This record gives sequence, C-alpha cells and structure tokens, in this order.
Amino acid sequence: MTTVLRVIEPGLFTTVQDLGRPQAIAAGVTPGGAMDRFAHRAANLIVGNAEGDATLECTLTGPHLVAEHSCLIAITGADLDSRVNGQAAPMWTGIFLGQGDHVTFGARRSGGRAYVAVAGGIEADRWLGSLSTNLLAARGGLHGRNLKAGDQMGAAREATRPAVSGRHLIENLRPRYDDHTLYVIAGPHIKRLDPHSRGELFGAAFKVSREADRMGYRLDGPRLATSGDELLSFGLTAGAVQVPHGGQAILLMADHQTAGGYPVVATVVSASMPVAAQLVPGDELHFKEVTLDRARQMRLALASAMDTLR
Amino acid sequence: MNTRAIALAAALKKRRDVRQAVAGYTGVTVHFDPDQTTHDALGAAIKRLAAKRPPMAEPGRLHRIPVVYDGPDLEEVAARLKLSREKIVEVHSRPIYRVFLLGFVPGWAYLGPLPEELELPRRHVPRTQVPAGSVAIAGRQTGIYPLPTPGGWHLIGRTSVKLFLADSDPPSLFRAGDRVKFFAAKS
Repeated sequence: MTTVLRVIEPGLFTTVQDLGRPQAIAAGVTPGGAMDRFAHRAANLIVGNAEGDATLECTLTGPHLVAEHSCLIAITGADLDSRVNGQAAPMWTGIFLGQGDHVTFGARRSGGRAYVAVAGGIEADRWLGSLSTNLLAARGGLHGRNLKAGDQMGAAREATRPAVSGRHLIENLRPRYDDHTLYVIAGPHIKRLDPHSRGELFGAAFKVSREADRMGYRLDGPRLATSGDELLSFGLTAGAVQVPHGGQAILLMADHQTAGGYPVVATVVSASMPVAAQLVPGDELHFKEVTLDRARQMRLALASAMDTLR
Repeated sequence: MNTRAIALAAALKKRRDVRQAVAGYTGVTVHFDPDQTTHDALGAAIKRLAAKRPPMAEPGRLHRIPVVYDGPDLEEVAARLKLSREKIVEVHSRPIYRVFLLGFVPGWAYLGPLPEELELPRRHVPRTQVPAGSVAIAGRQTGIYPLPTPGGWHLIGRTSVKLFLADSDPPSLFRAGDRVKFFAAKS
C-alpha cells in the first residue's frame, strides 16, 4: 500500500464509512455506513470515485491530515472550516494536494459531519461486504476503530479517471442543512399515538439531546403517549422514530439496532436523512408529514442533483 | 406464524427489487429499492406471495448449549417464583427452544417460548453491563448475551459457547429458525 494521507491529529471522532452492509441486518449486525449519504456520494463522485467507495466521516472536529503523495480530495457535508496549508479550502469541490500539503479543520460553522474523499477511494478492511467501521465488532474501516494519530491511509486503487481539481457540486444543489424540517411518512404504529400526541409529533418542536450518536438520537420535547399491548420484536430501519415506554422519542440513525419492540410512529424519508445526519445536540427540529409519493419525488430530486456529478 | 414469516422473508430475498427482508416474530420487515419497484407494486407482490404460502424452510439446526447455572440473579428468581434452584435449572433446560429472531446486538437471538413457570417481567433497573455469555430470561423468552452490553433480563447462568462469530458470514452461531437445547454443565 502506498500511503496517501497520514493522520497528525485524528479529530474528535473520525471513521471510515461507505454505504454500509444492509444485507447483514438479518444476522443482527447494524447496517452502518455514512450518516449523510448525499455528502458521502457527492465527495466520491467529485474525485471520480464510485459512490460506494470509502470516505472519512469527521464528527464535529475534523482531523489534521498530511498528504504523503500528491492526490485529489473533496470535502463535503458539514462546514467545519476546512483549510489546506492554512488557507480556506472550498467545499463540495475537487482539491489537488501536493506532497506535504496539510489539511486542517477549524471551528464548526454548520452541521455535524464532514466527509473527505480521496481519488481511488480509501483503502480499509472489508467486513461482511462493506468497508464501514463497526466499533462494537471491531471490524471494517481502519482496524475496526476510529482514526488515531499516526494512522496511514492508502488509496484503494489508482484514480480511474483523469484526476482534475475544480469539479464541484453547484451551489444551489448543495443541501440546506440549516432548515431542520425532517419530512416523515406515518409509521406502522401511528394509530397507537393518542390524538393529542399525534398533534404534538407533527406540530411541536423537538430538540436533539446529548444522547445522540451514530446509533440514534434521543429527542427532548413533548412526551408522546402510546397505548396497546406490548409489541413482538420486528425489524427496524434508519429514520424510524420509536417511542419507548417513557414517551421520549428516539430517531434511529445509521448504526441503529436491527430489531426492537417499541412502537414506530413515523419514518424520516430518505431525502431528509442527510439533514438528520447533520443535527447536533441542542439543535431544534420539526417533523412534517408527507405522502409516500411526495417522499419519492424528493428522493428523485436529490438523485438528479447527484447526476450532475456523473 | 414465525415459520411462515421466515419462509416469506426467504422468498422475498430472492427478488431483485428487495434489498433485505428480515423476519420478526410474526411479520417481515422489507427493505426495497425504490428505483426497481414502487411501494404499491411490491405490496401487491408480497400479498400474492404470502397467500401462496412459500415452502417452509427445513427445520433449523439443533444446537446443544452447555450452561453453568450460577447466575447472579438465580437466587432472586428462585425466591420470586417460589421454586428451588434445581427446579429452575430443570425447567429452563427442558424445552427445545426456537430462534425466533436475531437482532438487538450482533449474535443476539430471541429464544422461546420459555415455560410459563419461569415467566417474570424484566428487571426494574437494567444493568449497565452484562458479561458476554450470560444466559438470561425475561417474559416468555430466554437468550444469551453475545457481547458485554447493558441488559434488563434476569441472569441465571453462563455459557462458554461463542454466539457472535465476527469472522464468519453470517457472523452469528444461531440463525432464525434454528433450535436450541440447554443442558446443565459443571463450572
């Protein structure tokens, strides 16, 4: 392996992620993968990778990296004040790094998770069909753990297309992470909510609590009252809004547990998951109900934005 | 119902528009590719498949699991159920349990049904850390903690059998539909 990037400082919590291992959920293994799939895919396409190649997911505080060889990178997602050799680096844009160039991050300006793609894809451990890091199993990614100082990362292969800097996602196609409306479809157990709680779910403000990580976010806000017999456990998905006995809603994210028995009262549509992925503790959010048809249209709109990078 | 759910999930997994189908106790959670099908079209196809009753899978493999019945909750469970420790061991190791569902954490299997004589609600305050290999009961279910995790079930014993096999595919000793028989072992 030829080292492309070396880690000087790992940042708060930086992991290797791809599009996850959805087929592993039947074995009880969390699907994992990038929290913000739009930013992850865009970063890859900008540098000429396949959208499922591995990227770095940098949480709240980005890493300090140095290029051991010249390479092409792209930084997308949250604005963590990315810099190359101290100069502001453009986001959602291919950046050419020469040998010895430093990539650093400063104060968080918006969102919670930035993605760094390298032309050729980041080389990492494959586990159950995916390069995503699974901390619980200590598999995938970089030796099954988050980055630490001194780690060296290689490109999985030679960049397939001529590596050109300056390719970018045009401004008005970039996600608006500051609008914290999460569009949802009604969940399979919506009828278990009493009418008042249903009104609260789709009307009141919720706030991401401090208990928020890649598994999911506990939401502060109105207590939601559910009724009915205990449910038998069933399969879950990212975006599901669960209501346990205490009535505090939980939004499941990429590393969610694969099965559970709490009522699912709503499911965040895939087009809103990038916004959900960028929420940090203290952020306020609203759920807005849409039809399945509208959810599909929103998904297609994101897909055509992505198509401009192909 | 669980046998039908497992059979339906297996049939659905063969479809190109289905990314994954996970059997629960009495239902199937289907993850589909919206570029390949629509909610309505797949919904209709699932109904047709369910009505046709896909062939049941072969009976699952039988696992015999040695258990040292010395769990930290055994005394309390015995007192609450008004049974002797010996009786609890006898009743717990009598049935052949079914693997209803995998999930919660990698390698965890929901086993049941647990005999009514051993039925207890979950612990009021869950433990923040349960050792891997702990054999536990709650409600009409029993299970083995594959990894050290928080847990609210009553710990009645422990086993040295590894449930989570990180380097196998699937990475779990048990599969949905398998059968499990416990037997008392010396520590």
